[in-house]
Amino acid sequence: MGRLKRWADQTIGSLLVLDTLLTYIFLYLPIGVLILYSFSASRYALVWGGFSLDAYRRLLTDPEIVSALLNSVIVATSATALATVLGTALALALERARIRWRGSIEAFVYLPIVIPEIVMAVGLLLFFAQVLRPLVSTVGLGISPPLAVIAGHITFSISYVMVVVRARLRDLDKSLEEAALDLGATPWQVVRRVTLPLLAPAIISGALLAFTLSLDDFYVTYFATTGGSGFKTLPLYLYALQGRAAIPPQMNAVASLMLVASLMLIALALLVQRRSYSRRA
Amino acid sequence: MTSTRTFSLVALAMLSLIGLGACASQQAHRELHLFIWANYIDPEVYRLFEQEFGVSIIEENFDSNETLRNKLQAGVTGYDIIVPSDYTVEVLIRQGLLAELDLSKIPNFQNISPRFRGLYYDPHNRYSIPYLWGTTGIGYNALKIETPPTSWADLFEPALLERYKNRVSMLDDPREAIGAALKYLGYSVNSTDPQALADARNLLLAQKPYLARYDSETYDDFLLTGDLVIAHGWSGEFAKARLENPDIHYSIPQEGGVIWADNLAILKSSHRIDLAHRFIDFLLRPQINAKIVNYLHYPSTNDAARPYILPEIVSDPAIYPPDEILEKLEWIRDLGEALALYEAVWDEVKSR
Amino acid sequence: MSTRTLLWPGLVWLLLFFAVPVGIILVISLGQRAPDGTIRWGFSLDNYLRLLEPLYWTGPFWNSLGLAALTTILCLVLGYPVAYSIARRSAAVKHLLLFFVILPFFTNFLVRIYAWFILLRPEGWIAWLLRSLGLDLALLGSPVGVLIGLVYGYLPFMILPLYATLERFDFSLVEAAHDLGASRWQSFWKIIFPLSRPGVIAGAVLVFVPVLGEFITPKLLGGGKVPMFGVLIEEKFLGRVPDWPLGAAMALALMILVSLVLARYFQQLKESRWVG
Repeated sequence: MGRLKRWADQTIGSLLVLDTLLTYIFLYLPIGVLILYSFSASRYALVWGGFSLDAYRRLLTDPEIVSALLNSVIVATSATALATVLGTALALALERARIRWRGSIEAFVYLPIVIPEIVMAVGLLLFFAQVLRPLVSTVGLGISPPLAVIAGHITFSISYVMVVVRARLRDLDKSLEEAALDLGATPWQVVRRVTLPLLAPAIISGALLAFTLSLDDFYVTYFATTGGSGFKTLPLYLYALQGRAAIPPQMNAVASLMLVASLMLIALALLVQRRSYSRRA
Repeated sequence: MTSTRTFSLVALAMLSLIGLGACASQQAHRELHLFIWANYIDPEVYRLFEQEFGVSIIEENFDSNETLRNKLQAGVTGYDIIVPSDYTVEVLIRQGLLAELDLSKIPNFQNISPRFRGLYYDPHNRYSIPYLWGTTGIGYNALKIETPPTSWADLFEPALLERYKNRVSMLDDPREAIGAALKYLGYSVNSTDPQALADARNLLLAQKPYLARYDSETYDDFLLTGDLVIAHGWSGEFAKARLENPDIHYSIPQEGGVIWADNLAILKSSHRIDLAHRFIDFLLRPQINAKIVNYLHYPSTNDAARPYILPEIVSDPAIYPPDEILEKLEWIRDLGEALALYEAVWDEVKSR
Repeated sequence: MSTRTLLWPGLVWLLLFFAVPVGIILVISLGQRAPDGTIRWGFSLDNYLRLLEPLYWTGPFWNSLGLAALTTILCLVLGYPVAYSIARRSAAVKHLLLFFVILPFFTNFLVRIYAWFILLRPEGWIAWLLRSLGLDLALLGSPVGVLIGLVYGYLPFMILPLYATLERFDFSLVEAAHDLGASRWQSFWKIIFPLSRPGVIAGAVLVFVPVLGEFITPKLLGGGKVPMFGVLIEEKFLGRVPDWPLGAAMALALMILVSLVLARYFQQLKESRWVG
């Protein structure tokens, strides 16, 4: 019995490791391919044309790539920040407060996940062009393209953050919150001092999802930008690279550079973290 | 206390969203805004124009006429020049979105070949000037094919398709795919006869099991990688693929194919109509026009540009087809109500 | 102030930027396609009735449903062990491993699809490997290819919510159960899995629901040969023969259907909570 149990435990343990390993390999398989092909000499992204640094050379001489990258990061950061705040607040309210019309509100806040992206993009296109812009221009103001894009990204991200945060909130032990209330904390203090810290991993997870959604978005961005602004995020820049039917390898090079930049950022963060640890010690 | 802070934060965010845009819409210096197919003009040409006229060009892109129309019909403005294809010009004229051209401001219009003046969608070139054009036909890898395709039969006859099963692609485009089937059956690509369309639907359904994909974007890539052997597609793409691999060829089937043209047009909503005329005139200068053709390998409507175009482009029958083939080509027209027939056929072909 | 106030910012935002645009889509769905591809405004349910044609709900709808279900299951099978392994590490390693789950998605959607093109193409090495094993399987242009692409694209949407619920789990409890003689398998099914159920459900919602309306992956990796509901909708808005009213009706029908299912789920959840 004991031996069998130990054997079964070991098998399950190694299966777990194997599955995890396989999943990471699966995640990085296409990434390896795209890095490899960013060094291809061919003008076509799917064709291996021998080793070359041409794609990088062409990229680094293109001033537009820098502004596109910057735009993407600015849009993704601000959209993620706001969507995370709004989504977390929604999750808290829906999970912790007594609310009238709860059923309808619940179903409604899930809808942005249901709607196909192209339909939301077209809806926002018409909303901006026919409703919001005319309305805002009557008071002599306008909506700049980056702001319209950020608004769109917030809209499709809120629900994702909400779902992730609610999942953690659902079975979170209420006794801590109740204890704080008993000790005379206001509900708001409880949220800030007790609930939010406990929610941190879910908030981070939700924010990461919102960030990638924003970084990858094409349709909402494309249709939310007005005519003639020339405002381009990275996906719009890549769209402009493609031309009629050809996919130049610069696309792979852009993606590879994104990876390198993210890796450098995380390395920097780790370094700073370690230094602050050692200083404390 | 803190709650009001959060509230004012959100309110501030919403307000700034609306407010900040005010300044962004006012431009300090002269700009010209293009809404055009991606990668459709040699960047060098933009630089030359910017140098000569002191105007900076801002480009935005679309990848289909329908995307272009979606934006314009939704009421988006801010573009000066757009580059729609033939049938879309017709629709945009009818919707009153295009500005009337003043041809006296475009003296280089005289460079346009008589063959491309006054086309069906704009008989007096009041709104549009044809710029680049091309054809739809069959591209193939000569090394992997026994006999070069000369007829649409090579794309539609099961006996012939059997040899290249899962190595064939059709354009993911209802008018082009149904049009090719109609052409093979001996009808016009603009047929609205329900029987003809029913026949075309059956042909397409019989063809589907042999196809690797319906594809309008990456078929040239897959032809180059060897994953496709025959592809239904646009002449310009095959011409570009040929630079990469000389075994890629293009032929227009003997039954005839489709001809199309992209056009330069100015939007009625433009505030820079004068400058837009100058830009169009600039693009029609022979040397400038030739630069674009040499960059893209698409044929130009510009006769005067020919001496400056690379000889291998001018002499390539796949790019500039001979007159006897040109005679057999047909324009895809806007069919109004009858498009519903095409929609039904395509929904069925794609959903089965 | 109570936690109820927290509802308003998000709700107002969604009412303005989501409900109004969806309202516009609803109005469109009641109109008809005009001959020039624009909209002839009107008030009729014709487009919804058209959806009852078997053409639309047989192939495309069932394909979408089936692929969404398969994608969810595969994401769960692949993602759960990952989330579990990450959740058990120390704080520093945890964040690093989490970061490596999301890193591939900092590239670009289209570029990742093209990488899958290279991997899955008929002359590519995966197909060659399968052929040499005696498996002549079409990957591109088939539901298999679409499934691979969908699972890949949606994995983080399963892993992250799972991680978020597993992270708070006190693994010393499991050790205690072990000491008391429970096998790992037992402790997993009896202790860990039930407690992570909110995460499983959240992940399933974030994978299953968007896949129903997904169009880019099936269009590209399916080569237009795998009929799916989202692809049909996309064609109505961006295709050569546009039909916004029908596309709008399709999207709304999908939204109504899914929210009915979700509403039922919330009802059950509420009841179970009262009982609990």
